[in-house]
Amino acid sequence: MSDAEFAVDVQDLTKRYGDKAVVDALSMQVRRGEVFGFLGPNGSGKTTTIRMMCGLLTPDGGTGHTLGYDILREAQAIKREVGYMTQRFGLYEDLSIRENLDFIAQIYQMDQRRQRVDASLERLGLQARQHQLAGGLSGGWKQRLALAACMLHEPRLLLLDEPTAGVDPKARRDFWEEIHKLAAAGITVLVSTHYMDEAERCHRLGYIAYGRLMALGTPKELVENSGFVTWRVTGEELNQLADALHGRVGVSMVTRFGNTLHVSGESEPELDAAIAPFRLNQAQQWIPGKPQLEDLFIQLMGKAQDNFK
Amino acid sequence: MNGFSVIRLWAVVKKEFIQIRRDRLTFAMLVGVPLMQLMLFGYAINGDPKHLPTVVVAHEQSPFARSVVQALINTGYFDVTSTSTSDRTADELLARGEAQFVLTIPPDFSRKVLRGERSQLLIEADASDPAATGNAIAAIQQIAGSLLRNDLTGTLAGLNGPEAPVDLVIHRRYNPEGLSQYNVVPGLMGVILTMTMIMSTALGLTREVERGTMENLLATPVRPLEVMIGKIVPYILMGLASTLLILIAARWLFDVPFVGGLGLLAVVVLVFIAANLVVGITISSVARNQMQALQMTFFFFLPSMLLSGFMFPFRGMPRWAQMIGEVLPLTHFMRISRGVMLKGNGLNEVWSNFWPLLLFMLIVMGIGLKRFRRTLD
Repeated sequence: MSDAEFAVDVQDLTKRYGDKAVVDALSMQVRRGEVFGFLGPNGSGKTTTIRMMCGLLTPDGGTGHTLGYDILREAQAIKREVGYMTQRFGLYEDLSIRENLDFIAQIYQMDQRRQRVDASLERLGLQARQHQLAGGLSGGWKQRLALAACMLHEPRLLLLDEPTAGVDPKARRDFWEEIHKLAAAGITVLVSTHYMDEAERCHRLGYIAYGRLMALGTPKELVENSGFVTWRVTGEELNQLADALHGRVGVSMVTRFGNTLHVSGESEPELDAAIAPFRLNQAQQWIPGKPQLEDLFIQLMGKAQDNFK
Repeated sequence: MNGFSVIRLWAVVKKEFIQIRRDRLTFAMLVGVPLMQLMLFGYAINGDPKHLPTVVVAHEQSPFARSVVQALINTGYFDVTSTSTSDRTADELLARGEAQFVLTIPPDFSRKVLRGERSQLLIEADASDPAATGNAIAAIQQIAGSLLRNDLTGTLAGLNGPEAPVDLVIHRRYNPEGLSQYNVVPGLMGVILTMTMIMSTALGLTREVERGTMENLLATPVRPLEVMIGKIVPYILMGLASTLLILIAARWLFDVPFVGGLGLLAVVVLVFIAANLVVGITISSVARNQMQALQMTFFFFLPSMLLSGFMFPFRGMPRWAQMIGEVLPLTHFMRISRGVMLKGNGLNEVWSNFWPLLLFMLIVMGIGLKRFRRTLD
């Protein structure tokens, strides 16, 4: 099954904690060699889903395959071929950088440990600091070290759980360069994130809320298929305009972006009717704009709330 | 503005109380520990233990012998559990700690008294815990002068001299000088092991979960059992090393004798360490962070120290406290370590305390492993 089209393929995945279904009949596929973005609000079940995909958690329902291995029965095989980077820094702060890498290499029972760790340190550019404690690294370096550690056993699939949370923009950009390099080398990457600029760098996206998949597709498809219309308003008295528009029929979202106001709706005629009286105000300029992913997701989140609460 | 503000102070006090109430464990400790100590020191601890189990080796059944036994019972310190024990069984009971005293009545006891000769009675005490026997021995010495006075009446009244016709010979077995370090040092070994072993495993495993490294570890092919064993092996070795250190100190610094077999003690120490480690694992599966793990360790450690017979003579504690004490591994370990070191106990004598230790370990290991597995899921 190693030449299957999908690196991850799950159907009706369910996980309950008590009465609450944290992941609720979730089905999705991640194609081989793609960078798949996993989005959703906090507590939507992203981490739980990823844990089930890599065999760390046993689902309460549903089936699935990761790299062709059954997630219920072949967790051990999955763990050997998947690199999972946890949301929190999962290495030992009181071990040195080298000791951490060496430990991981040994856990994976790798041969030529010394050479592999050396090579990894060299790629990281951390040879000079290899004896420094991992706890002393900055956020960006910790994250690079964690990535290096989960790449050490040459996995075919990387599962990255919010890898760039709390990392500065430069380090984030470098990190994404690295991810795309890995993808180009044939490694499949599933990455969860809250950053929209990162979402736009993914080949495909999945958006989940309340444990359910709300949308799936390329960033472009998602925007185009949403039927979402957005106007950008500049000028004066934007605060008053925003207050007036809030809650009107046809207006689903009013968002302030510095000196611009984004006004969005799900149906073009309804939105046009709603904003018509306000467009007469000469102090403000209305420009048709492209909906942004962020608008879309906030919209989806609101919908999910309506559906499941 | 910069002065002391009662309102701000009150805000902090109120906040602190809310937090204490939310933090159930701290709350339980603040209330539970003083309560426990109060109960123990107030009611439970009797520095003057009475009703100590005593067996009588009677080589002669006679009114005089019965009178002596009755006089002992009347002091309130002795509970005679058997009056027809053989020399050998009596010795064994003493070695196992089941009897605290053995009274031996010689075959020619009555004859000598009637002849007006001084007769000797032998009282052997298990003095490995001098605090448990001290007052009882003092009571014996008090009644010695008036023994048989009421029996020698009528025609025998002439046999009553200024002194009683009986000599009481007291043997303090295992600890002839009544040195408290004989008792304290072997016990201390158990106390130290309990403290360090439980704390290190409980904290070690909780730290791994708290810092998020456990999740990372479990995403690798490593098995939970490998993690658990791998984490406790270093502590077992450290526990053995500290035992050795204590034994060396006991021998060369405190001059505590070591009569029994080192091999037997080593086996018991291993089981005892294992019993404490599984308690640590169980704690780590319940505790959400290291602070809680530490608190729970103390929750287990305090009763262990107070109720095991380390701080106070076990027989001086009330029934309920003894029952709790019987469950704790430290109680049994302490009896064994004292038995092996001071009395030269072999496997036969320590078995009655060894199996509860094994049972405790197996039961807690079952609970701990089950819970440990659950926390990972």
